[in-house]
Amino acid sequence: MNRSRIFKEKVAGNLMLLITTAALLLVVAMSIGLYVKSAPIFEEHSLWDLLSASEWKPFKNQFGFFPFIMGTLWVTAIALLLALPVSLLTAVFLTEYANSGIRRWVYPALDILAALPSVIYGVWGTLLIVPWISEWLAPFFVEYSAGYTVLAGGIVLNVMILPLLVSLFVEIFSTVPQELRDASRALGATHWQTTKQVVFRRSLPGILAAVVLAVSRALGETIAVLMVCGNLPQVPHSLFDACYPIPALIANNYGEMLSLPLYESALMFAALMLFIVVLLFNLLSRIILYRLKNR
Amino acid sequence: MKIKYIEEFAIKILMALSLLTVLGFVVGIIYTIFHRGWSCISWEMVSSLPGGGFYIGKEGGFLNAIVGSLYIVIASTFLGLLVSIPVVFYLNIFLKSHSKFAYIARMAYDVLFGIPSIVYGAFAFTLMIWLGLRTSLLGGILVTTLLIIPILIRSMDEVAKNFPRDLLEASYSLGATRLETLGVMLRQIAPGIATATLLSVGRAIGDAAGVMFTAGFSDSIPTSLSQPAATLPLSIFFQLSAPQAEVQDRAYAAALVLTIIVLVISLAGRFILHKFSKNKI
Amino acid sequence: MIEAFKRWSESLKLSTNQPHTPPVQGADSSHEFIPDRKFSHTQSQAPLEVRDLNLSIGEQPILKNVNLQIPRNKITCIIGPSGCGKSTLLKTFNRMTDSIEQVKINGSVLLGGEDVIHSRGADLIELRRRIGLVPQRPCPLPMSIFDNIAYGCRIHGIRGKWKHEQVVEHYLHEVGLWEEVKDRLRDPATSLSIGQQQRLCLARSLAVEPEFILADEATSALDPISSKIVEDLFVKLKQHYSIIMVTHTLRQALRIADYVVFIYMGEVIEAGDAAQVFHNPQNELTRNYLSGVFS
Repeated sequence: MNRSRIFKEKVAGNLMLLITTAALLLVVAMSIGLYVKSAPIFEEHSLWDLLSASEWKPFKNQFGFFPFIMGTLWVTAIALLLALPVSLLTAVFLTEYANSGIRRWVYPALDILAALPSVIYGVWGTLLIVPWISEWLAPFFVEYSAGYTVLAGGIVLNVMILPLLVSLFVEIFSTVPQELRDASRALGATHWQTTKQVVFRRSLPGILAAVVLAVSRALGETIAVLMVCGNLPQVPHSLFDACYPIPALIANNYGEMLSLPLYESALMFAALMLFIVVLLFNLLSRIILYRLKNR
Repeated sequence: MKIKYIEEFAIKILMALSLLTVLGFVVGIIYTIFHRGWSCISWEMVSSLPGGGFYIGKEGGFLNAIVGSLYIVIASTFLGLLVSIPVVFYLNIFLKSHSKFAYIARMAYDVLFGIPSIVYGAFAFTLMIWLGLRTSLLGGILVTTLLIIPILIRSMDEVAKNFPRDLLEASYSLGATRLETLGVMLRQIAPGIATATLLSVGRAIGDAAGVMFTAGFSDSIPTSLSQPAATLPLSIFFQLSAPQAEVQDRAYAAALVLTIIVLVISLAGRFILHKFSKNKI
Repeated sequence: MIEAFKRWSESLKLSTNQPHTPPVQGADSSHEFIPDRKFSHTQSQAPLEVRDLNLSIGEQPILKNVNLQIPRNKITCIIGPSGCGKSTLLKTFNRMTDSIEQVKINGSVLLGGEDVIHSRGADLIELRRRIGLVPQRPCPLPMSIFDNIAYGCRIHGIRGKWKHEQVVEHYLHEVGLWEEVKDRLRDPATSLSIGQQQRLCLARSLAVEPEFILADEATSALDPISSKIVEDLFVKLKQHYSIIMVTHTLRQALRIADYVVFIYMGEVIEAGDAAQVFHNPQNELTRNYLSGVFS
């Protein structure tokens, strides 16, 4: 009787170990799979050519990723610039100033923002942001813009990373011991001075990690950005130019690429780039956040 | 001396503004979707299949997408729980709390959580080609499962970490093995499992990039695992890019349906967390 | 000073001599305490024997060279200042030390020829069945009152609804809970009061028919009345079980102990019959502790 119970425990333990390890191996399998699939393109083009060339003509064997990389960077940078101050101030308000009554209303709202699917953000962007840019904002600066621009992508993406940033910041700020705040307040510092000098300074690595995490989320966002940023393979020069981020490139062209072997491998290379960057960013920020939590 | 009070005042205004911005986004998005979708939606749309292809067809609805999404979400959530519960149990009960392996595993799940669904989709698609599979319901289910496993594990793990050691000792001291403590743990973290499930359902139903290449798209309801299946997000995406206003209207109606589903799920999650976090030991 | 101590111990002696006189409130005094013998029993009357036990956590020694013989069918109280290793010693008796990080144990704890410290797998879970535990804070398992008691039977493979009902009723009688809960056996165990929960935990350990019962300050979380009920239960139970309790309150030890172990800084300073240790302590440290020089 007891022997069989121990036997069951051993078997189950090993089985669970197997499942746990399998998930670990998924990371390895993905990197290998993506690399093998993107290998053919390296036989004809060097890595540097792929990254720096601007011509994207798959049927003429020209695969320049530069416009896509720039498009991704532009959109991400705008999103971060917009989201960072708003999320920092909101998080400070929630942790340092607000009472629990206000929190009770704000957290569900953030939950909703985090839960909305990206396609809904896309719909919202095309319904509201794109017309707003083309009819209202763009005429101040340029002659004509269809509204499907870098700026539209940035604004939509900014809203998408807001809840992530706020919740990470709130988590980080709440690891700062209350005694530190009290000590600062006791010296006559104002609320904001305390926040600035004590809370921010102490959670600086955490803020950095949160930003990196949000950036990696923004880099991979596909559908919402794809729906509002115009999708022209060009290097954007202003906020009102269309752009073509890497995830959109993969999503738009995957169906038809099978006709050209090199085309598939080019898209796989795009996915590999995304994977590696996101992987590194995630690892970096997670390590910082773990350290912070266990401090 | 005065400056610090002015600064304090200014920052308070800025904080109020940013809070209003965040809330404004929430209200704005939901208002936009409801406003646009409400004028388009009809019972016919929710209850019938598209008539004659989404690019030319003007009649019909998007029942195919609703059913397809439900199939994928239900199956993948079930599979996801089947994998993630043992993992969470193993990490928290079988391994010691400072185990190196547990640290690495948790790190790996965090990293997997951060990988964009388009990469999952691309990877799964190459895998499917390699195996000789076509876009199908099964493919969609599998890639969605992969997508939600990290979410399930992470959020259940958060709850399981706080599993009281006393309960473990009580169970062990009666002569229970670690495996036999599974039942005790499942009961204890049941609210956590429920919220994790809702969270992953929300993510699974809203994901478009992952199922784009793996589940494909179809105008009919799939009758077997090997047929392609439509999903709500993709149906919104495709119909919105159609030239006809009637087809676009269907996209807005579908967006409304999807938003309502997600809202209900997200609020239910809050409710469960709130209700059960009180009477824990 | 010494006079006061003598008077104090005299007054306590009174109650040690007549532990059974006050009828226990809530306990079913007409009920006969008999384990119902579901499990095969070793008829051994050998004491629990601790030989050369050394335990350290990291570099920090917690228990030093402990040698003890804990008698059967007696209440053994382990006393000593807080942080002296009492609870750790108790934990080694049923190997709850496994969950402590970086723990090193040498020596042996023998129960009828079997070594708790070195047993593994099936032997360990059988030993744990034979050594029950009543925790410091009552911790009902997250299930109904009925299932809490039937849990032990279920895991040890004793099946059948009828059998379970019998066991549950029997042990609820033993701890005097039956009359209080017989109409709500399906309610969650957390709906009971703290005192009732603690008696439920006691019934739960009794239901797997242990020979020894470990109690780690089992009454410290309870109100005085519940505390008295549990204490009286221990006194009654010693006919069939051997009870080892760690206690912080000297008064409690004086009231119910038959055998006393005094520990100081991880070492056993004195062990012996209650009368002898309390009234004629051999060691200076014990004397100081008993007279309240330190606590």
